[in-house]
Amino acid sequence: MRQALEGSQAIAQAVALCRPQVVAAYPITPQTHIVENLARLVADGKLGCELVSVESEFSAASVALGAACAGSRAYTASASQGILLMSEVLYNIAGLRVPLVLTCANRALSAPLSIWNDQQDSMAVRDAGWIQLYCADNQEAVDITIQAFRIAERCELPVMVCVDGFTLTHTLEPLELPSQEIVDRFLPPYRFSRGLDPLAPLSMGTLVAPEYFTEARHLHHEALLAARQEVEAAAADWAAACGREQAPLVRVDGPPEATIGMLTLGSVFGTLLDARDQFGGPPVKLLHLGCFRPFPTEALRAACTGLEHLIVLERAISPGADGIVGAEVRSALMELDHPPRVHNFAAGLGGRDVPLAIYPRLLDAIGKPHPRMSAIDLRPELLPDKAHAAGEAP
Amino acid sequence: MIEIRIHGRGGQGSVVAAYVLATTAIDVGRFAQAFPAFGAERRGAPVASFVRIAATPIRRHCQVAQPAFLIIQDETLLELPETLAGLLPGGGIVANTQRDSQALSDTLGHPVHALPATRLSRDTLGRPMPNTALLAAFLTLTNLLPVAGLKDALAQRFKGDVLARNLDLIDQVAAATPAGLWQERAHATSA
Repeated sequence: MRQALEGSQAIAQAVALCRPQVVAAYPITPQTHIVENLARLVADGKLGCELVSVESEFSAASVALGAACAGSRAYTASASQGILLMSEVLYNIAGLRVPLVLTCANRALSAPLSIWNDQQDSMAVRDAGWIQLYCADNQEAVDITIQAFRIAERCELPVMVCVDGFTLTHTLEPLELPSQEIVDRFLPPYRFSRGLDPLAPLSMGTLVAPEYFTEARHLHHEALLAARQEVEAAAADWAAACGREQAPLVRVDGPPEATIGMLTLGSVFGTLLDARDQFGGPPVKLLHLGCFRPFPTEALRAACTGLEHLIVLERAISPGADGIVGAEVRSALMELDHPPRVHNFAAGLGGRDVPLAIYPRLLDAIGKPHPRMSAIDLRPELLPDKAHAAGEAP
Repeated sequence: MIEIRIHGRGGQGSVVAAYVLATTAIDVGRFAQAFPAFGAERRGAPVASFVRIAATPIRRHCQVAQPAFLIIQDETLLELPETLAGLLPGGGIVANTQRDSQALSDTLGHPVHALPATRLSRDTLGRPMPNTALLAAFLTLTNLLPVAGLKDALAQRFKGDVLARNLDLIDQVAAATPAGLWQERAHATSA
């Protein structure tokens, strides 16, 4: 049954359906509603889990890590500076190969201080060794949150579910929540193969000398690459369980003969779908990169075969280099016999609205010279006068 | 699809109004979206929220730039130029004010339906919460969604005496509002 739910409320209910045993989190906009809703479910006696209120995001991640090491199904959520404060622990969680799920309510990073949406926060920890999944809408946020627990537990790797802050977390939409029975069948009780046990003591996170460090990193890399299969299997099994089909790695929408593609991550995808209907124009294949780690190189190459132009539109940048997604997409497509020309644009940084009108602007931009990466929605009239900036008399 | 923008002041419940309107639409089988103008909200500061209602799934996740209708919770906001920004020609404004509809329409250059929602809510609910009266007036004018659906949506949020008073207020406002007066406007401003 479709019900009207705010994104955060739906994510909290999806987490609760997964029967977490420990939830630890610290409030930060725009994530706060998720853990507030979980706290309410616990207080109302509808969710029997240990809810730990901590004094910082560093502790939230540490509590989730400790709980998961002890064999609990653990969950946390954060955003922006909270993700950065967690970052040391995020690397530890992944390096220790501990399964847990984190929702990142994507938000810009300081400075300048912004509470609004972009994806710089999750991109800043893309190399932490987590599986990273990006949701195009709130229904995906529900479905992928549930799948994330299974992926994490099967791979013994942590999963970060990335949801555009405000744009999704604070938007009420009609959503389908699965029944508890469906989730229980999909996600059986979990036992961590390396869980801490006082009867069989072991140490985790000890010093590793150069003798073994490379091998540990190699195994972590291999485990993430292999996780693609679990990401795909979870989506397929979830479709069988509840009837909602998803393309978990790269979703492709558009005519196969299209020679222009547009790739995005997150909630801009739906805006582009509507924009294509509204503006028409040349055939365009719209691609949603739902899985950023592991990077779905093969699926992306298959989706881009035959394209002459691929626009990569992203909500983060690597200052002094290119877009982050753009650089990775270029690298993945280089080995195609006829790789498309990649046009890399940022949009929607720090919460700037990405309207339908972005679509014709993007199509127009690929016919003109442009830098390797630039913000398509830059407003030059807001820039300081160049002569003034150089210290010359205006 | 029809788009609506709600203007209020922090604490008046403009987000709740948007959520209730979208919930009403969803529960009667339509597709809808509601969201606040994202920002740091402060009590008393001007705030806005948005609603989209459609017959088919809504895929876009961008702001509403050209609303068909405005719902104004605090009449002083009509003084701000941004309040009327983007309002579609052919649309309309439902405003919480003691002033006269015709005089306001002449001043603003858009059709205005004025109702003293704060006074009505004080009288019936005992509190200055203009949302219920404004939404009841909006739905009665436009016939966009059944007023009974609004009652069901409120029943999900309130119970007991508070709910009963709100349902009473809906009936009062619906009886005093010209039913379907803006039905054609709602039709003409749907994309």
